[in-house]
Amino acid sequence: MEFFEVISARFNYWVYVIIMMIGLYAMITKTNMVKKLIGMSVFQTAIILFYVSIGVKDGATIPILYHDQVHAGHHHDGHGEDAHHGPTESHGPSHGDNHETEEFGYPTRHAPDVVVDGDDFANPLVHVLMLTAIVVGVSTLGVGLAITQKIHREFGTIEENEIHDMIKSGK
Amino acid sequence: MIEQAPALILLIPFFAAIIVALAGIRLKSVCFPLTVISMAASVLSGIAILAQVVNDGVIRYRLGGWEPPMGIEFRIDALGALVALAVSVVGLLTAIYSKRQVPEETPDKVSQYYTLYLLLMTGLIGMVITGDAFNLFVLIEVSALTSYALIAMGPRRATLAAYKYVIMGTIGASFYLLGVGYLYIKTGSLNMFDIHEQLIARGIFDSTAILVAFILITVGVWIKMAFFPLHAWLPNSYAYAPTTSSAVLGPLVTKVMIYVMIRLTFTVFGADYTFGKLDWSGIVVWMSVAAILVGSISALAQTDLRKMLAFLIIAEVGYMVGGVWLADDMGLIGAIYHIIADAFMTLCVFLFAGIIFAKTGKRDLNAMDGLFTKMPLTMVGLLVGAFSLIGIPPTAGFFSKWYLIQGGVASGSWEYVIALLVSSLINAVLFFRIIEIAYFGVKPAEGHDDHHHGEAEDSGPSEASFSMLLPLLATAAILIGLGIYNRDIVAIISDFVSQFNFGAISR
Repeated sequence: MEFFEVISARFNYWVYVIIMMIGLYAMITKTNMVKKLIGMSVFQTAIILFYVSIGVKDGATIPILYHDQVHAGHHHDGHGEDAHHGPTESHGPSHGDNHETEEFGYPTRHAPDVVVDGDDFANPLVHVLMLTAIVVGVSTLGVGLAITQKIHREFGTIEENEIHDMIKSGK
Repeated sequence: MIEQAPALILLIPFFAAIIVALAGIRLKSVCFPLTVISMAASVLSGIAILAQVVNDGVIRYRLGGWEPPMGIEFRIDALGALVALAVSVVGLLTAIYSKRQVPEETPDKVSQYYTLYLLLMTGLIGMVITGDAFNLFVLIEVSALTSYALIAMGPRRATLAAYKYVIMGTIGASFYLLGVGYLYIKTGSLNMFDIHEQLIARGIFDSTAILVAFILITVGVWIKMAFFPLHAWLPNSYAYAPTTSSAVLGPLVTKVMIYVMIRLTFTVFGADYTFGKLDWSGIVVWMSVAAILVGSISALAQTDLRKMLAFLIIAEVGYMVGGVWLADDMGLIGAIYHIIADAFMTLCVFLFAGIIFAKTGKRDLNAMDGLFTKMPLTMVGLLVGAFSLIGIPPTAGFFSKWYLIQGGVASGSWEYVIALLVSSLINAVLFFRIIEIAYFGVKPAEGHDDHHHGEAEDSGPSEASFSMLLPLLATAAILIGLGIYNRDIVAIISDFVSQFNFGAISR
């Protein structure tokens, strides 16, 4: 029973470790190069599961502000104390209620001043990070497959042990 | 203009990459000049950044004007400015060298090659100047993906080596990403400086999650820098890649990863945590001793010039990791100085190897038979690079080793000092063997088909072309210059190092 509680309390994290080990196992033991790349992809996906699990909160919803929420909590305050200015283009993508403060010719952007309860929303940052990580993962897989294709063209096989035999015998 | 330099140093190669990719479809001739011009502009921005940092202190550049820690910032201190400048200079010199080699070695892929080359430089420079832990992951992968492709453009064995590199590199980057995830759970921040402040403010250095993050990040970065015993991907990748690729990857990728290690251990986790609380420096210094000895001895066993140099890189990585983990002012100064010195001396010998391969078409050491009379200027370039790797005075390699040895003595790590000296001796043996072959020629007993070679080479190699000689001799001049102006460079570095105050770390 205690064992079950240990597992269920951190269920996502246990699953991510198991999936990651499956991926690592495939990367180490398989001799077929495409299977190795599949293992690599599984390995990277496990990390995505880990990150997405970080953002989860009990009873929270997707992080989108409704129109009335924004206007209810909206107020201006000067950020005059801020001495650092990020140099930037003067008309960036300022959507909705982001306001830009012109100081010494440099606009400084701030998040909209809306008071919301953080517990109501899932953490969106980790999702954004994982969008980037998915792109990176896909590109890696793409490069890996392209290299495998080139290996097949040059050696006529994608079995690692066969290629090593070919190199040893000096072909 | 000058305040935009932190963005320009990276954006110029990036936009040039896009232009080269598009224009190169029709006009192959535009690729090389564009690459050189953009790298030269990048070097100029690097000089502007270094001048600004030395005069006014740390530069904080906010991308898009968003405030850190929410926005991504480039934060450049003395260390970052020095390494960023070194990276862009190496990028420029190798770009000049590539003029004849790229059309020769990858004839139908010239524009693709230069696109990848410029993206690689973007990634490497970005890794040095970024102040955001996740941004660093993306840039590590940008430079890794491009280097896989740059290696895989070589002949048969290079493709195989690139595949191994993909697998190992991805494991390394994934470990790093996982470590950043654990840091994010505990601190709620991705900005490196903010993470450190949060760690102190929340007093969570005892947390197991932080320890796990530290181990994952360190192992991930070690895989990427080919620290023994995680070096298996490196030798074949650099030995069989196209010569331009190995001339740019050999000096830069491992060195920038060592910079990343310094950045993460000191800026994110802090010297107090790494060397005070964990106190693993004894073990890591022993590991670096193993790396130095294994790298040097394996280099002795090679007959292929570039493979020998690749093993030397593994030994050099051991120098620098050991220097950082000595937990001593002098050791850290030496390690940082060695990052810059080693970038140029590795570049020097790899450019030499590229020239030899281009001129003789042979990979082994006997290809250097009698080159002193045939290619005197090229051999001068090699001599300076070799002297620097051995550690002979006016070159930079002597001074960086001098600080590393001082660090080893001050911290009482005699095993490290001995390994450094043994490795220097082995380097001397390695390079004097090359010099002997080049000066006196191959002994008839050694080469069975020597007679055949001799005939072919009478009309064979002549002095290398200008586009190859210029970067080689410029690198040699930089090595001597770095040695002569060692006081100024050390002054900049110790400005950075002094903030850590190793003497006060409680163990």
